Amino acid sequence: MATILEESGFSPDRKLKIVGTNPVKHDGLDKVTGRAKFGADFFLPGMLVGKILRSPHPHAVIKSIDTSAAAALPGVKAVITRDDFPDLPKGTPGGDLTRNVIAREKVLYEGHVVAAVAATSESIAKKALKLIKVDYEPLPHVIDPAEAMKPDAPILHDHLRTKGVKDGGDKPTNVVERLDLAMGNVDKGFAEADVIVEQEFDSKPMHQGYIEPQGCVATCTEDGQVWLWCCTQAPFVYRDRLSQLLKLDASKICVQQSELGGGFGGKTGFYGEPLAIVLSRKAKRPVKIVLTRAEVFRGTGPVSATKSRIKMGVTKDGKITAAEAELIFQTGAFTGSMFVNAPQAMFTRYNLENVKTVSYEVVSNRPKVNSFRAPCVPQIVFGVEGVINELARKIGMDPIDLRLRNAATEGYKTIYGDVFGPIGFVETLEAAKKSDHYTSPKKPGTGRGVAAGFWFNRGGETSTSLNVAPDGSVTIITGTADVAGSRISISMMAAEELGVPVDKVRVNMADTHSLGFNRVTAGSRTTYSVGMTVVDSARQVIRELCRRAAGIWGVPEEGVVFEDGHCRPASSNVGEFEPLSVADIARKTTGSHGALVASTSMNVTGAGPGFGLHIVDVEVDKETGAAKVLRYTVVEDAGKAIHPLQVEGQYQGGAVQGIGWALNEEYIYGEDGKLQNPSFLDYRMPVASDVPMIDTEIVEVPNPRHPFGLRGVGEVPVVPTMAAIANAIGDAIGVRPRSLPMSPPKLLKLIEQTKQG
Amino acid sequence: MAKKYHVTTTVNGDEYEVLCEPQQTLLDVLRDELQLTGTKEGCATGDCGACSVMLDGELVCACLVLGVEADGKKVETIEGMGNEKELHPLQRNFLELNGLQCGICTPGILVAAKALLERNPDPTEMEVRYWLAGNLCRCTGYDKIIRSVLATAKEIRGGA
Repeated sequence: MATILEESGFSPDRKLKIVGTNPVKHDGLDKVTGRAKFGADFFLPGMLVGKILRSPHPHAVIKSIDTSAAAALPGVKAVITRDDFPDLPKGTPGGDLTRNVIAREKVLYEGHVVAAVAATSESIAKKALKLIKVDYEPLPHVIDPAEAMKPDAPILHDHLRTKGVKDGGDKPTNVVERLDLAMGNVDKGFAEADVIVEQEFDSKPMHQGYIEPQGCVATCTEDGQVWLWCCTQAPFVYRDRLSQLLKLDASKICVQQSELGGGFGGKTGFYGEPLAIVLSRKAKRPVKIVLTRAEVFRGTGPVSATKSRIKMGVTKDGKITAAEAELIFQTGAFTGSMFVNAPQAMFTRYNLENVKTVSYEVVSNRPKVNSFRAPCVPQIVFGVEGVINELARKIGMDPIDLRLRNAATEGYKTIYGDVFGPIGFVETLEAAKKSDHYTSPKKPGTGRGVAAGFWFNRGGETSTSLNVAPDGSVTIITGTADVAGSRISISMMAAEELGVPVDKVRVNMADTHSLGFNRVTAGSRTTYSVGMTVVDSARQVIRELCRRAAGIWGVPEEGVVFEDGHCRPASSNVGEFEPLSVADIARKTTGSHGALVASTSMNVTGAGPGFGLHIVDVEVDKETGAAKVLRYTVVEDAGKAIHPLQVEGQYQGGAVQGIGWALNEEYIYGEDGKLQNPSFLDYRMPVASDVPMIDTEIVEVPNPRHPFGLRGVGEVPVVPTMAAIANAIGDAIGVRPRSLPMSPPKLLKLIEQTKQG
Repeated sequence: MAKKYHVTTTVNGDEYEVLCEPQQTLLDVLRDELQLTGTKEGCATGDCGACSVMLDGELVCACLVLGVEADGKKVETIEGMGNEKELHPLQRNFLELNGLQCGICTPGILVAAKALLERNPDPTEMEVRYWLAGNLCRCTGYDKIIRSVLATAKEIRGGA
């Protein structure tokens, strides 16, 4: 498994030439000229168009499916149903996986896939869908997670029993799991408090909202090997899950990722891709499936709706003594919400000793949720940071000071057992307090709010290789996705290490045949983890360069050092030799010694946690209830910003997604259990005129486990956003909202209440 | 099979002839018939602006125009805007100021922004924001897009 980067070699004194600058990203030119190929931009000769039939019912038994008329339509080359997939056992990960790809016994949400066709044109494929006859027996449905927990609620899965409950009983339930996570003694903690605040909150699902709908092309060889082109955050995970789903060796499946037109967690699991593969196998031709926007809304992962009760206590002098929470997460029709993140992260950033949480994950008749930046955390932090502001108000303390008073520092043992290394929460809070935004008065009639957020940041299995061409230029092969510009950051780290210009380094995103397993590109893990493996490979290459330079000079290996991109004699005792650059050695020795290459495969650990504080000013129109964000500042610790413009972009993009979640975005269901707003017109994401410039301040408290000190930066920016906006709205109208989204009708009601009260 | 119509259209200065089904949109024709995939489909309902193109000098969503409507007309897409040797200043500024992340909305935004600057070379920030309000971006939070457009406007006016 090659060498492991045991010593990162991080030094705060290292003089960096490339890291910390803003070179143009290498994939940029193709993107501004329209040449970059995304999921839907690929064609193969003889390719068919695949279309999907979806359930009109939120919950129904599929009694029969008759595809004969569709199959007989000229131009239709394949029709598939549940019968074309291996029947994996219910209640297992594979069983859930296959049932979400295509319904088997029952449809579990409106938009659940029932059948698919491949035809020579889109119009024929659409006509064929209308000829498929499905006999449904509709069942009662349940949308709301609290309703789904009731004993008489319609049951989605007969086999389901609650995990984590001693006496789970024999009765089927919609509660997938109960998770208790606690530390210290909350009774003692609350007894020590002078002020206790307990409030309830709720949130609705929002969609990741990537602009590129899922698109793929699948083709199969005569002997059943699969080649799949698709936009994905997880080519290797797709391969391995396809292997499970299709009962095919992973080595017979090759996934080639396209450019990714946004994912934000939503492209970590597949939807139409297995359908395209099975259609292609049946039709013996390549098949392309591109989802429509309505299909994206109805059939792909929104985030969890939540309900929460949060209680915290504080002493008069600002010490938070205890925190307690009860949390409910709606996971859609199948488990997989990653709700465990929430009890682990919701209070983590404060040095609390007494914490008690109880969390429930619940299924209901909605599409299975998928990841979104810091899965399940922001909608809970929406409540936590509101309670903290309320505590600050009640004891008459500045809200940032209260957070500083309780800020976790190095050595704090978290509720999930990790002990913090060097972290930058205090530095982040101090920077926010000194910021121009916080020190400037707010405009009359507006409200200001602050909120803090935390994310673990992740590492995980990462495999890359690095090759030096005979001319000294460098190619890097990665198996992670580039969700927003990681290729340039990876090039920069390799260039810095090897002392070559960044333009001499190119990163290629390989297919799954070309590298070892790479975990999903998510959790703010990629630039960190790939940085580790690529630096490891660069150091292997440097060792080999020194060996070869020693050979050229006829001196012992230890007589050669590598500095500033060149092999040099370690001292004048070694002899007088002209320094040799990477290109010099590659040119001179590739013929004699073979290419300079290195591969690194690691399960990367040591990710440095990230912390942020957001400051926001809002204005609320008291006639319409519409809130408008006037000024926004993100302060966040990046450890080290490899490419500061890209780091700022993460902060800004996360904040604006949070503004959408805070003020507008939600899944709206009718009594009939059908989604009422599956379009960008009715599901309204922020547009340019809705938001101001987003100011950013990058704090840099290095993570010494990484050669350049970096931390992930992608998740934290959305964690405190809705909380900060809610706190600002509370400041503006006198009552702090507790329900997301804070849409005009809800705010109008609150304004009315304050008038009456 | 639906009857197809013979359509002659000029795209980025090149004349094309296509056979087009009556319900096919200009977006379908560009992407599927001509394989000019720089123009993107985000929604197909005119809400996201990813398919912004110029049709006889007017900024349109290609998904809201039928293919047959392009007959005899001139279409300009991102593919005609510039290349590595001769980038449009908007393209260069988007690269240098990081006005793009994933890049899926970028072609539409560049086409729309170019139309703005040709009509109004000195837009305010608010005018840029309202002009681009029909172009969704989910990655950037718009900040660096707006800055890239404003920097280009300044450059074109000779104030760079």
